[in-house]
Amino acid sequence: MTVVPPDRPRGRFVRWLGVTARTRRRLGKAARLVAALALVGGIYTAFAPGIEAQETGDLSAAAQAGRELYENSCVTCHGENAQGVPDRGPSLIGVGAAAVEFQVTSGRMPMARQEAQAERKPPMFTDEEARQIAAYIQELGGGPVIPEGDLAAGGDLAEGGQLFRLNCAQCHQYAGSGGALSSGAYAPDLYEATQRQIYGAMLSGPQNMPVFSDSQLSPQDKADIIAYIQFMQNEQDPGGWGIGRLGPSTEALVIFLVGMVSLVFATLWIAGKS
Amino acid sequence: MSTRRRFNPRQLPANAAGAIDDRFQVASPLRNVLNKVFPDHWSFLLGEIALFSFIVLLLTGTFLTLFFDPSMEEVTYNGSYTPLQGVEMSRAYASSLDISFDVRGGLIMRQMHHWAALLFMASLIVHMFRVFFTGAFRKPRELNWVIGITLFALGLFEGLFGYSLPDDGLSGTGMRVTFALIQSIPIIGSWLAISLAGGEFPGTLLIPRLYIAHVLLIPGLILALIAVHVGLVFKQKHTQWPGPGRTEHNVVGYRMFPNYVSKQISFFMIVFAVTALLGGLFQINPIWLFGPYNPAVVSAASQPDWYAMFLDGLVRIFPAWETRFLGYTISPLFWAGIVGMGLIITLAAIYPFLEARFTKDKAHHNLLERPRDNPNRTALGAMAITFYMVLLLSGVNDVIAERFNISLNAMTWAGRIGLLLLPPLAYYITHRICLGLQQHDREVLVHGVETGIIRRLPDGRFEEVHQPLGPVDEHGHGQLEYAGWAVPKKMNRLGALGAAVKGFFVPIEGPTPDGKGAPQAEQVEAGQKREEVTTGR
Repeated sequence: MTVVPPDRPRGRFVRWLGVTARTRRRLGKAARLVAALALVGGIYTAFAPGIEAQETGDLSAAAQAGRELYENSCVTCHGENAQGVPDRGPSLIGVGAAAVEFQVTSGRMPMARQEAQAERKPPMFTDEEARQIAAYIQELGGGPVIPEGDLAAGGDLAEGGQLFRLNCAQCHQYAGSGGALSSGAYAPDLYEATQRQIYGAMLSGPQNMPVFSDSQLSPQDKADIIAYIQFMQNEQDPGGWGIGRLGPSTEALVIFLVGMVSLVFATLWIAGKS
Repeated sequence: MSTRRRFNPRQLPANAAGAIDDRFQVASPLRNVLNKVFPDHWSFLLGEIALFSFIVLLLTGTFLTLFFDPSMEEVTYNGSYTPLQGVEMSRAYASSLDISFDVRGGLIMRQMHHWAALLFMASLIVHMFRVFFTGAFRKPRELNWVIGITLFALGLFEGLFGYSLPDDGLSGTGMRVTFALIQSIPIIGSWLAISLAGGEFPGTLLIPRLYIAHVLLIPGLILALIAVHVGLVFKQKHTQWPGPGRTEHNVVGYRMFPNYVSKQISFFMIVFAVTALLGGLFQINPIWLFGPYNPAVVSAASQPDWYAMFLDGLVRIFPAWETRFLGYTISPLFWAGIVGMGLIITLAAIYPFLEARFTKDKAHHNLLERPRDNPNRTALGAMAITFYMVLLLSGVNDVIAERFNISLNAMTWAGRIGLLLLPPLAYYITHRICLGLQQHDREVLVHGVETGIIRRLPDGRFEEVHQPLGPVDEHGHGQLEYAGWAVPKKMNRLGALGAAVKGFFVPIEGPTPDGKGAPQAEQVEAGQKREEVTTGR
């Protein structure tokens, strides 16, 4: 029997427990086994997909916050794991932060009711909250992300105008005043859309809108288009009141309601003067 | 030294007029013209709006020709509108942009020109309604009606060609549609289209050709037809409403000079002012937003101007029925655009002859009819207006759908069903309203005007006291015949209950001191015999 030096720090605790060296060896084995199992299990949980991964997974702080918001406001239609609910809402796996940010900051999501198309309304979440939800969906399934910074920087107005008329005016109308699509759907007017919303819409193709990925419209093209849309948002109509920039339809209203009505009153007035 | 002849300024106009008459012998014919009597009613001034807006069109149009270049040559824009700088475009579009942004006063001239064009067409339509609903188109004035319809058709093409000239995105789309309409004509369509554009659309010849049609050919035709139109009004004399002293054989009203001339000049100034206000306050046809024409660019909410909108509506709601006949494809565009437009305009033009044939009315008519007195015609007119309005609204159905959150499909079907259901409904309702109004006129003539005074009879009944309009028979019924003109229906129209107020905004006559009010008869100038006016030397 070897005498254990009384001052060995390691033995002190064990001795205090009153265990022998043999027991110590056994305990060591067990500890190594547990550690190895924990390591393997940890690696497994870290790399393997599955429910546990989402439940416990290493979400960023923003995504964690987003997840709470999601579970309060989005889960009814998009499902517990954003996999979608039949007849209520589509799966959000792979839509990316761009789609979420567009839909939530423009107030389209959460929808008030099921209808042909979600409409723009005062947003329910702040931009920060919207970005948290976006981070959560992004970390769940990935997808396109709206870049940071000034998205219209370096945008060429003339080029943007040409691109806008070629790619956007078919539905959003030449002045971005919006247009009708079939069966109650419509392309909304663009006068309230922010830079990030326009960019997000192009990236994600919400509702009836086609996707304009970076291979179709490069980030530079997108900056051009955003610059042009922002020009139209801020431009004062040089010709007077723009009457909605809706083309001949409102001009017809004006010529009858203003032009003809005032002149018919003038005829009444003149005929009364004798 | 000879004494200088004394210069008498008061004698100057007479001397000058005498000198002119010595040379040209114009005093007698001019006296006839200046003394010519025109009946006075506000609705007779509606045609003048068209005439005066046409003058505005000539003035502003001449200004625009000084700066517009109808050339399809490709240029790079370098003007002051930033978002188009460096963009390749036709010279026509570039010069239109220059008119809008770089020519002093160019934009307001362009806008006045366009608004005046819309006003010209709108007043044509409103004037046509007046002529239709009062029966002014009847014999002997059928030809003037046909000329009026022709003016509308010419104005439609004049306007279409005019707004196509700037070669912007919207007008190019309109030309593309026009081109397709021409191509849809069986057998000759493609040949016609290609010969008009000098090749495939759009080519480089279309704009110069439209330009010469727009600034010379069609305005010349319109001017000539306006001259004939007004000349016929002089020759055949204006129609008048029935009323005291007015017959089929006289004209009661004011002399051309000074009354009518001063009214006309001031009305021209008002029309000019309204056009200028529209041009300065309301933006029209912002070509800089449409961009240069590019066949790949078709914007949402592409519509023609309002006077062509009914055709667009017809094309939009017409079912997609494509048929084949003798190896030729007949597209639905042909039925809606070409046959539809042709039928609508032809039917409108021959209406006076149709009505004369169906009513067997061959008489001369110089007195107008109140709309209520010819319920069938009025109801037909309401039917036509309803038909036209459904087409017009269908021409903007996408804008309505978008602005009012209605499904575009629902708008299309509403147009289809409405086009068939609403006109007969309008006919029925208008017919009933006319009969009701007639009935009420007869009732007032027989029983008198309601006084608002309730009387209790000895047996306890209550009845309202009615004021008869004239002598009554033994039953207390009035014996006046309906004379085709407004029957007074309020006591103050009869001179009781204070003065009737005449004038439009401000009464031009105060209440009479005795409280009996002014006499109700229209101010009648000595009736001038129709025969006298024409035979006078």
